Amino acid sequence: MKPGLNWFAFAAPQRFYPLAGRLLPWFAVAAALLGVAGLYIGLVLAPTDAQQGEAYRIIFVHVPAAWMSMVIYLAMAGWAGAGLVFNSRLSSMMACALAPTGALMTFLALWTGALWGKPTWGTWWVWDARLTSELVLLFLYIGFMALHGAIEDTRRADRAAGLLALVGVVNVPIIYFSVKWWNTLHQGASVSFTKAPSMATPMLLGMLVMALAFWMYCIAVTLMRVRAIMLEREGHTGWALAARQSQPAATRPQVETR
Amino acid sequence: MNESAWLVWAAMGGHALYVWGSLGACALLMAAECWLLRLRQRQLLRDLPQSPTRPQP
Repeated sequence: MKPGLNWFAFAAPQRFYPLAGRLLPWFAVAAALLGVAGLYIGLVLAPTDAQQGEAYRIIFVHVPAAWMSMVIYLAMAGWAGAGLVFNSRLSSMMACALAPTGALMTFLALWTGALWGKPTWGTWWVWDARLTSELVLLFLYIGFMALHGAIEDTRRADRAAGLLALVGVVNVPIIYFSVKWWNTLHQGASVSFTKAPSMATPMLLGMLVMALAFWMYCIAVTLMRVRAIMLEREGHTGWALAARQSQPAATRPQVETR
Repeated sequence: MNESAWLVWAAMGGHALYVWGSLGACALLMAAECWLLRLRQRQLLRDLPQSPTRPQP
């Protein structure tokens, strides 16, 4: 073993639990500050769109939610894959911690998309390639959580749901490239690595700041949830009981004295 | 900004329902997620056993 910081040490829940607890407030504060800044840029500073008027401002939550729905799925499948290969406890807990937030982001992308579609396309929903593949993503998240919940033995549930997550990965590039591969009602990519942005600078800036805010939010809630999952699965062990001592007194159980 | 300028801004060019419906749903559900997770963590810490136990079979 090489000297220096051993990152694998944090793969043990008893080490990761306090680390996640220390990191959490930073991500939460960053999410709040970036969210306020992004909304100010997006709702106040950014100009009205020439074609869509004010309805385009939905972009400041729609695009970040849609990006996160795909990023979280990739992260979830990555952790699930690591859990299958290395059989490590933390990997599968991370996959389980990511799924509900991923489902929420997917739902928000669909919800805000419907509210954007009505004024611009004249319809809440169409069975277009982009929308349909995003709906499939929501079903994949729900399927992952339902399958995990249906199997009583946690380790077996991890493996079965992990396999489902890995199979579902094929849907992510389909969502991303759907606007190129098929003739869709959904507009093309708002931001791409290969061409200069077609948006006004404050619009682009607002969207990127909001995307960062969503990143920070998702990391913060995932850390919160993985801590809860650790307590649920390993709360009976010595480390979890020691972790309680570092909590504020209000959350500790009252010891009855007679 | 004076009051009427605020109202014009809030009306979002007649698209208030769509814009605020989107932002409101995001804010509401994200706040709910945080609140539920806090509640879950508090309950878990409260219900931890007093001493290490063997996992239930």
